[in-house]
Amino acid sequence: MPGDLLQSRIVVVGASLAGLRAAERLRDEGFTGSLTIVGDEPHPPYDRPPLSKQVLFGKVPAHSTGLPMRRDPHAEWRLGVPATGLDTGRKQVLLADGESLPYDRVLIATGTRARPWPHPQEAALDGVFTLRTSDDAELLAERLNAGPRRVLVIGGGFTGSEIASACRERGIEVTLTERGPAPLVGALGGTLAKLAAAMQRNHGVDLRCGVTVSALRGDGRFTGADLSDGSRIDADVCVVAMGAVRNVEWLAESGLAAGVRGVACDAGCRAFNMYGIVTDDVFVAGDVSRFPHPLFDYQLLSLEHWRNAVEQAEVAAHNMVSPEPRRRPHLAVPTFWSSQFGLNIKSVGVPTFSDHVVIAQGSLEARRLAMVYGFRGRVTAAVTVDMAKSLEYYQNLIETAAPFPPVSGASDRPPAAEVPVPSDVPDPSGLYHGPTVALTGHLPDRRLVMMRPTG
Amino acid sequence: MQIVVDLTRCQGYAQCVFLAPEVFTLHDQEALLYQPAVPEVQRERARQAAAACPVQAILLGEEVSPGAR
Repeated sequence: MPGDLLQSRIVVVGASLAGLRAAERLRDEGFTGSLTIVGDEPHPPYDRPPLSKQVLFGKVPAHSTGLPMRRDPHAEWRLGVPATGLDTGRKQVLLADGESLPYDRVLIATGTRARPWPHPQEAALDGVFTLRTSDDAELLAERLNAGPRRVLVIGGGFTGSEIASACRERGIEVTLTERGPAPLVGALGGTLAKLAAAMQRNHGVDLRCGVTVSALRGDGRFTGADLSDGSRIDADVCVVAMGAVRNVEWLAESGLAAGVRGVACDAGCRAFNMYGIVTDDVFVAGDVSRFPHPLFDYQLLSLEHWRNAVEQAEVAAHNMVSPEPRRRPHLAVPTFWSSQFGLNIKSVGVPTFSDHVVIAQGSLEARRLAMVYGFRGRVTAAVTVDMAKSLEYYQNLIETAAPFPPVSGASDRPPAAEVPVPSDVPDPSGLYHGPTVALTGHLPDRRLVMMRPTG
Repeated sequence: MQIVVDLTRCQGYAQCVFLAPEVFTLHDQEALLYQPAVPEVQRERARQAAAACPVQAILLGEEVSPGAR
């Protein structure tokens, strides 16, 4: 059987970071069979994080962020052709051009797309954008180059905040609206969200929290928006940054456990079918997956993280061509970063899986700090602001389920100053920006995540 | 030649910024920005930067160029 696995037919659906790294890893593992990679975008795999940073600063062209290959995966690339279905009985991937690709094993890595503005006519106004693809970034960067009077950003998550930051960097006036109490609150909790709000205002963002956008105005061309508090914003560009939607529609008839939260899989990246039975030839990796993690009570995690896409893709690829005893679990601790308003924010663990936080190093005043998150007396996450070198230490505390608050030695101040405060993570249904980490399981005493459309 | 930096791994040592300042820049205290498409004349410097990175966060390589289809 192992020999067969190495010479079989594999189809990877999704030609972005996870798809590419999985393909490379398959060849590393000695896979010599046929490998086809399907992508809905016409572009070869490219890196998305620069799109809301370097590209919007105007320093890098939108279509120049192609990902380097670790090695040539010797794949047949089917780019610009979306997959429209997965027939798990016949073991075929169905494509939009009518073709079907037979497989022995398939990897689902279709990722997410930007959540569109809910009113199609308003979304179609000239000047209304989302930011997810390099095509999106090219159009938005062009519009920013033209020197708009004001940009309206809807949603104060990481993407919305980075876009607002890039606009201010270029001297463009920005209004950012967030339905929740502060930017980034859904991902980082109340204390760091206050710092994020202060940084936005210090950098000249017209920040409006606790309001919703009731209508986008314009006659063909976007001219402004009405807010729920009765005020009106005049702007010529609008960026809708209301989080991501998982690309699972093509799996509707597949019989897999695919839904708005992603495709459920086990720690070995094998997809569950709709009855909760694990499949053996359908694998999942990247933003589209939800997988159990032992550090977080085996709840299913949905992560929209660059590093997770790489690590999960590599585990999936290994397991796709390995017999059962040699399979590995995907156990990496979630990590992500964001740079905005002059701050480098890095996170490890799951900050929303917390009840209290404590600042273990630095201070809010210094805008340089390490904040540790705890849940029921153990360390579950840490976030650093301009203190990236400290992060590894806290990762070790998370991995070893160290007690919270962290004991002295984990801190650069006397223990008396370490008073944990509530982590203040709100119900995501009240936010424009969903969390980029979602615990999609269930805790008896708290609803950490409510999966309701926010529109 | 393309580069990508694993910014979850990057700790802002900035060795790359010293070795290839046209490709890598530090934005404020420790946020790294870079040119993903490395110009021909910068390739050797970019290679040195990747080799010198204390946390080995820089990957250089060719972009995917899909074949006939």
